Amino acid sequence: MAGLATSFGSGAMTNSIAEIGDAACVLAIGTNTTEAHPIIGHQVKRAVRQGAKLIVINPRWIDLCRFATVWLRQQPGTDVVLLGAIMRVILEEGLADRAFLDERCEDFEAFQRSLGAFDLDTAEKVTGVPREKVREAARLYAGTRPASILYAMGITQSSHGTDNVFALANLAMLTGNIGKPSSGVNPLRGHNNVQGSCDMGCLPNVYTGYQAVVDPAVKAKFETAWGVALKDKPGLTLTEIFSAAHRGDIKAIYLVGENPVLSDPDASHVREALERVEFLVVQDIFLTETARLADVVLPAASFAERDGTFTNTERRVQRLRKAVEPPGQARPDWWTTCAIAKKMGAKGFDFKEASEIMSEIARVTPSYGGVSFDRLDNGGIQWPCPAYDHPGTPILHQGRFTRGKGRFTPLTYRAFLEQPSPQFPLLLTTGRVLYHFHTGTLTRKVEGLEKLRSEELVEMNPADAANLAIKDGDLVEVASVRGSVRARARVTDHSPEGLVAMTFHFAESATNLLTNPALDPIAKIPELKVCAVRVGKKP
Amino acid sequence: MDLVTLTIDGQKVTGPKGKSVLEAALDAGIYIPNLCHDPDLKPFGACRLCVVEIEGMRGLPASCTVTATDGLTVRTDGPKVHQVQKVAVELLLADHPMECLTCAASGNCGLLRVASHVGIDHIRLKKTQRDYPIDDSNPFFYRDLAKCVLCARCVRACQEVVGVGAIDFAHRGYQRKVATFGDRPLAESRCESCGECVVRCPVGALVPKRRAKPSREVKTVCAYCGVGCGMYLGVRGNTVVSVRGDRQSPVNHGLLCVKGRFGNDFINHPDRLTTPLVRKDGELRPATWDEALDVVASRLKEYPGDASAAIASAKAPNEDNYVIQKFARAVMGTNNVDHCARL
Ligand code: SF4
Ligand code: SF4
Ligand code: SF4
Repeated sequence: MAGLATSFGSGAMTNSIAEIGDAACVLAIGTNTTEAHPIIGHQVKRAVRQGAKLIVINPRWIDLCRFATVWLRQQPGTDVVLLGAIMRVILEEGLADRAFLDERCEDFEAFQRSLGAFDLDTAEKVTGVPREKVREAARLYAGTRPASILYAMGITQSSHGTDNVFALANLAMLTGNIGKPSSGVNPLRGHNNVQGSCDMGCLPNVYTGYQAVVDPAVKAKFETAWGVALKDKPGLTLTEIFSAAHRGDIKAIYLVGENPVLSDPDASHVREALERVEFLVVQDIFLTETARLADVVLPAASFAERDGTFTNTERRVQRLRKAVEPPGQARPDWWTTCAIAKKMGAKGFDFKEASEIMSEIARVTPSYGGVSFDRLDNGGIQWPCPAYDHPGTPILHQGRFTRGKGRFTPLTYRAFLEQPSPQFPLLLTTGRVLYHFHTGTLTRKVEGLEKLRSEELVEMNPADAANLAIKDGDLVEVASVRGSVRARARVTDHSPEGLVAMTFHFAESATNLLTNPALDPIAKIPELKVCAVRVGKKP
Repeated sequence: MDLVTLTIDGQKVTGPKGKSVLEAALDAGIYIPNLCHDPDLKPFGACRLCVVEIEGMRGLPASCTVTATDGLTVRTDGPKVHQVQKVAVELLLADHPMECLTCAASGNCGLLRVASHVGIDHIRLKKTQRDYPIDDSNPFFYRDLAKCVLCARCVRACQEVVGVGAIDFAHRGYQRKVATFGDRPLAESRCESCGECVVRCPVGALVPKRRAKPSREVKTVCAYCGVGCGMYLGVRGNTVVSVRGDRQSPVNHGLLCVKGRFGNDFINHPDRLTTPLVRKDGELRPATWDEALDVVASRLKEYPGDASAAIASAKAPNEDNYVIQKFARAVMGTNNVDHCARL
């Protein structure tokens, strides 16, 4: 998010899901779209059926490769080099949109100078992608408009995720693929309400709608709205919170609906941190691995048992409706938080229904200013929607970027922090499968989904498997500097040599015991996608 | 939008350009029997039930394959049309297991609707029976090909809408059937269990294993991934028993993936937390809300400011997340609030 916000002024998907099917070219990088976002996968296939060119950039074979015009199989973590080389070809071959660059963008020269480092020789060497393919991708993307870029955690879950996003933003601006239907730079969010939680200010540096806590005018506005004194110093990010808890600086944690003991990189560190805090409250619908560590566990209502809104990946605020009563004494999360606040003597938590909370959100959040439950019955509203009579905004940056001019950022390539070594000679990447979700808290409770996929599989290339005398189905141990887990091997050429792949859906093989908590310096996203490992057969 | 006007059975019908005569008629509330038509799929013209007479055209064209154009004059009923429809339906019925009362498609069956519209009172052909075992390998639905009417809606949906292509026609003539590659059970094919074929099957050949029909439906949004597909939860008593894609949703236009369509059993799961739990003597024990809230409120008060942190959820709705960050900032006095989106 940090990358896009810097380049364009907004970190969200620039265009809408339904537009993807009408694109003339789709560039899918770091997204296994058909597994992680199946309905967006249908849109990509619809585009291809209508004659669109599809460029897939991914180290592993994914289902989308079946439909691809060209598939670039780069070495993990070398995306910046590959994208830099693509942009260099676009400039050298005169395929850039000069008028768009001149009128709508700034800081182009510094960016152009930075491309000096990304010649085709270097790119071929570092990324392993043949130069003809780099050229082909450059010509396809720049020559087939409108072109839409899709990316997901393969791009952001990396210690240099922000660099990757800058590169994609540059690429779209270079070809004028912004502010038009079926174009844009489109981050696909994982969870149902990632977009909404960010919009709602569940971030240490901003209130709702990305209003900065350091901005005195914003602070004053919220102090008036909430009737309390507020801090103007940004707080700690998730990973920093766990480190602070580990050190003993944070002593109490109120955790709602997450299971970081499984999802967090370096899971053992998180477990220790949560064990060390003096008071831990967890609110969830199941007694998760994280909830088991709590001092108090509060039962939550599921999505089917409550009213509210989710904001999807295309910024669409959509209405969630109560279908059934929650089991026993389970309650919606907002009810519980308000009850705690009131017990602590706080004012401003007397909401009777979710719709009243949305009214308050609209009052303090310019981009949600016109959102109200009574407007959400037919298809929801895409923010920014500043006023009650505003129809919402399906396409961002039309005519003008949110920040004014689109900003080019010079590119720098940083190699992985954790390179393979004699002791840990393979790279591990994490992904998702269609049948499960995140840490499996929900999907693994569904018998049929369990039947379709019930255990972790370590996917590895036949050559690597042969070297280690591992056969398909063997029980193996995967170890990194941080820990080790066991699972069965699946031998497949979906993974290139040197790269093994696992998911993080299965508690009994908690992949995140292995992964690397090294952070992207700007977005503070951990290096979840890649770490160095050793794989060995277990008798 | 460009409009065209045509005449169907003497009635002037106006509709958007580019639609078929069948769609124009159905949109105008004029029923023409059909089995292989599906609004999401390309016209197929296989069932020969939607035949009509069109002025200036020879023979009996299938109305799903003729584009509606200005001035067309269409007759949907007449002895010749009726004769063709009658033969087509009789052929299907002669080979159909008549288990209507116990069939899962009952009340919703395309074949029954066609047969009753055409008006079949008895079957003149010799009754036959295809002998196919039921494929129950998929966890969520059955395939009972003895009931299949070969409309190809499943095959086309899997190919055209889902882009998976797990099933296709195999063999010719009477042996013709829908099969996976190598005629293996569905679970061993590339099928992704999305159920788009199931919702399109007009008969009981593809039916969900869970048969309970809802007594009411509630429009909501899938809670799994960031796509946010619109769906209806079907409720019976206080239990969610079915899920249906919302065709009006601008996000998914009625489509769902396996998680959205079949992955909601966690709602009724026996392991759901039903009461607050408070740790006493090292163990989490059930407590009343009052007890639990007292403990939380008094303990949190001990750690004001940056000694505390709140972790919100990318799964929880906006309203909950708003309240949580407000609580962290306004009550606990800290900006230490984040959620798992970074992961
Ligand atoms: S469930 Fe989906 S993937 Fe499987 S056969 Fe049906 S349409 Fe194809
Ligand atoms: S299984 Fe159903 S949808 Fe498929 S061809 Fe047979 S009747 Fe049609
Ligand atoms: S139905 Fe599938 S694609 Fe749609 S929101 Fe749910 S999980 Fe995502």
